[in-house]
Amino acid sequence: MSRLYDSMAELLGREPRKPAADEIDPQIRDIHVGKRNDSTRIEKIKIELAHKAAHKPPEKLRRKRWAVLILVNLLFVVSYQLDIQMLEGSMTASRFVGFHMADLNSALQVMLAYKHILINLLIGTVTVFIGWWLLGGRTFCSWACPYHLLAEWAEMLHLKLAEKKLVKDHPFDRRVRTWFWLIFAALAAVTGYTVYETISPTGILSRALIYGPGLALIWVGLLLLFEIFYSRRAWCRYACPIGLTYGLVGATSPLKVQYHLDSCFHEGECRKVCLVPHVLNTVIKGRATGMNVDIGADCTRCGRCVEACPTSSLTFKFKGLGDLL
Amino acid sequence: MAVRSKRPVKPQARRKFLRTVVMGVGLIGVTLLGYIPVLGRWAARLRPPGALPEQQFLASCIKCGQCVQVCPVEAISLADLDEGFGVGTPYIDARAQACDFSCDGLQCVLACPTGALTHEINYPHETDMGIAKVVRPDLCLAVQGRGFSGQARGAAFTGMLRYDAVDRWNPIPVSEHPYELELCDLCMRQCPIEIRLAQCEAGTPPSGDERQCPPQHAIRLEPLDAGDGITRMQPVILDGCVGCGVCEMICPVEPAVIVIDGTESRGMGA
Repeated sequence: MSRLYDSMAELLGREPRKPAADEIDPQIRDIHVGKRNDSTRIEKIKIELAHKAAHKPPEKLRRKRWAVLILVNLLFVVSYQLDIQMLEGSMTASRFVGFHMADLNSALQVMLAYKHILINLLIGTVTVFIGWWLLGGRTFCSWACPYHLLAEWAEMLHLKLAEKKLVKDHPFDRRVRTWFWLIFAALAAVTGYTVYETISPTGILSRALIYGPGLALIWVGLLLLFEIFYSRRAWCRYACPIGLTYGLVGATSPLKVQYHLDSCFHEGECRKVCLVPHVLNTVIKGRATGMNVDIGADCTRCGRCVEACPTSSLTFKFKGLGDLL
Repeated sequence: MAVRSKRPVKPQARRKFLRTVVMGVGLIGVTLLGYIPVLGRWAARLRPPGALPEQQFLASCIKCGQCVQVCPVEAISLADLDEGFGVGTPYIDARAQACDFSCDGLQCVLACPTGALTHEINYPHETDMGIAKVVRPDLCLAVQGRGFSGQARGAAFTGMLRYDAVDRWNPIPVSEHPYELELCDLCMRQCPIEIRLAQCEAGTPPSGDERQCPPQHAIRLEPLDAGDGITRMQPVILDGCVGCGVCEMICPVEPAVIVIDGTESRGMGA
């Protein structure tokens, strides 16, 4: 239960805390000692990492995820443009072979602004809630959101420029995302307009893909420029209320990335690639309180850490089904 | 607490905090700019059938575009960012493509997941999108006693209408349906309400459904006597008008004699 509390607190912006000595299982200390003395294993990992750095292997899982994300968005486009009617509508609300679906944050904005709830919207909201709860909540972000993909490409550019010391990442206080969520909810209720939808890059991009481009894409472009030149992945990390909504949904999801302490040698490769590295705080030496730790609610289940880990100490887990990967 | 407040704040942490405040205030500020076009009513749009009064419509529309997708004549477009909080909401540019109710069953209303297009209506005559207004009677061909022959809006016009006599189910481009009229009566001739009334009077209501029959006329041509012996008529809008915009679309003169005012019936009036 305290793990869920920590996971939620970190989702809302609290910095991960260092566990007190008495919170840590005593056998863990022995494991750390054992690992420190395993110099052959450490040497092997070092060689492997050096090789990886010299010949960057393709991130296969990332490419698969991109393919899924593009397919989902393409399904919206072809459903309309080719009239195959599989997935009608856009990211904010749609019908999948006739079944109502509504983005949870968009539905929330409408309910707060309009103050009536139509049955179709309720059906769509419940369907999507159950679906993304099963799939991990913020899984929406990395596997479906069209802005996420553009932001990933912008991030690659940002990292290249940062490597050449041309740009520097300016982090923000993560609590600001919770404030944004509250303010946008309050603005919808007070003004009676779906205020957040005006600037939602997810909605704007989805509509632009399906119905054609417009002025609104300038806003998306500005966000990407901000992320390339000023602050790495700023929108997804510090601003997006959709991400926070899905994070809350996924906090108790059966689909998790799980950390295994016994095989981890704390190289920190996972934290380098993570969109939300605070969820991987547990992989730092001395932070894990158990042998197997579920990664927190802010995790988008993108799987980049799973792929980056040289010792396979991070795996996808579907509770009740065991290891997925 | 007293001890904590004495601890010096690291300059890096202070900068991060200030940066966050600036970003937060900035983003909310930029977002609220979206209020301006809405409050200023920069764009008084004609909305699809069944649209709630403007304020409620903007509140309840989830900006998904499902109404756009089901319209057989593709009359509906989505608003852009220059309409502020209205971004992504559907509207109809009647001059380019009006709603001619060729779906019969109000498909956009059925598609709407939030009830922004109210589900309480079922038939074209129950809609209240706006009202047609004869704003330039002096340009009207009928007022001038003139006829019309050819393509109503020229060869390049892409707008579509359903002509029951040509194809009961599929709309065709207006440019493929030239007219030959001794006195121009296009606005009344193509009015979806008048077409339905005529079908009902002939004993053949649309889909054989009596409930499709409008209770009132929407437009009439009244004789106009200028004392010069020329047969003239003028269009008069009646209570049955629902504001679909077909008269505005089909009017062959430039600019159109009739335009739809979508503001009165939908609470957008000043």
